[in-house]
Amino acid sequence: MNILRTVLCTLSIILMAGLVQAQEIPDRSSTGGAPTLADIMARQAQQKVDDSARRANTGNPDAGLPITEQLGTRGGASDPELWRALRFNTADVTTQNNGPAAEVLIQDRGMWWLKQRGPLMTYGFFILLGTLIALILFYLIRGRIPIEGEKTGRRIERFKAAERFGHWLLAGSFILLALSGTITLFGRKFIIPVIGHDAFSTVALACKLIHNNVSWAFMLALVIIFVFWVAHNLPDKTDINWLLKGGGIFGGGHPPAKKFNAGQKVIFWSVILLGTSISVTGLSLLFPFEMPMFAATFETINAWGIPGWFNQAPLNTALTPHEEMQYAQLWHSIVSIVLATIVLAHIYIGSVGMEGAYAAMGSGDVEEQWAREHHSIWVDEVKARENKGAKT
Amino acid sequence: MKVMILAFVAIVVIAVSANFGLRTYAGFSTQERTTVGKSVRLD
Repeated sequence: MNILRTVLCTLSIILMAGLVQAQEIPDRSSTGGAPTLADIMARQAQQKVDDSARRANTGNPDAGLPITEQLGTRGGASDPELWRALRFNTADVTTQNNGPAAEVLIQDRGMWWLKQRGPLMTYGFFILLGTLIALILFYLIRGRIPIEGEKTGRRIERFKAAERFGHWLLAGSFILLALSGTITLFGRKFIIPVIGHDAFSTVALACKLIHNNVSWAFMLALVIIFVFWVAHNLPDKTDINWLLKGGGIFGGGHPPAKKFNAGQKVIFWSVILLGTSISVTGLSLLFPFEMPMFAATFETINAWGIPGWFNQAPLNTALTPHEEMQYAQLWHSIVSIVLATIVLAHIYIGSVGMEGAYAAMGSGDVEEQWAREHHSIWVDEVKARENKGAKT
Repeated sequence: MKVMILAFVAIVVIAVSANFGLRTYAGFSTQERTTVGKSVRLD
């Protein structure tokens, strides 16, 4: 009796489940099983559409005509069935290209990435242009920051040759990467209309060659400057005072600073952190589909609950190989633009913006008065070491 | 100034070496590779 009751209960549950399942499948009889307008609208609204029936309806090879008949080689699949199978990645694709994602022929989740390329170019252009205009305006208003005290004629060694080598390796490679990257990003919009597709293809190929190969010098330089300067760039209490006084850039005297002031520390850590992020995503782009990292990153972000802080749903962690590449390309571009704006400000203040600053990286030694005004604690340390050396 | 020029020369040397290394050891090429992959299905 108990066994009979159990069997009946189980049958009831199965039947109920079947009924519920049947109710959930939308009625598509009006379109012969094809998507309805409601399906299309729902998909455009980013809602999940039950397309399981269509996914499964990709033809029956066993029902195909023999090879001697017309269309026999298609193995029982019609054109729509074949394209449907390709779209839902269920087709039995064999290709001579053996890349990791070569068998994914249609990836409609890439549309959002395609749409982001326009805003990326627009915002990137205005951010870079805005930074240049802001620096020019600042120069016109503030002028070149002079050495205020009387020059002593004495020079202090600020950076050794090896440090300057690391700096110029980084600077030179960054400028080449920034120029080739900017041409690659904006070329389609601004250069093709001027010089045409054929000429631009040569320019684009040259940019690709430069970008792919100079990147190694950039990564090497990043490691060199990190090793040389990380100890001098750890935050300390002098930075708070420096930041509160705005570095003295708007007047009010020069706040004391060690070898690197708080502004330079911000530049250093921006270059290290953003440069590393650009390097990692760059490597991912250089070796397509072999270094996926965004799904794992999103998993970590979700595990920390960060999307919830902003009332957002958890990030999608089931990414296709192409989506990984799309995220890498977007992130690489966005972070590069941010770093370029920071570096533009750094170039300005290290060259035309401040008297005596360029010598630090040019010849390696600086006017003692300049050093006293901008790095007074460091000068005292250098003098103390010199005196100690002279006594012994 | 000498250090700066030396660094710029180093960039060229590293880039040329990287190009050689990628082409020789990492399979980078301007031509598609067709010999190692699966064959084209003809059925």
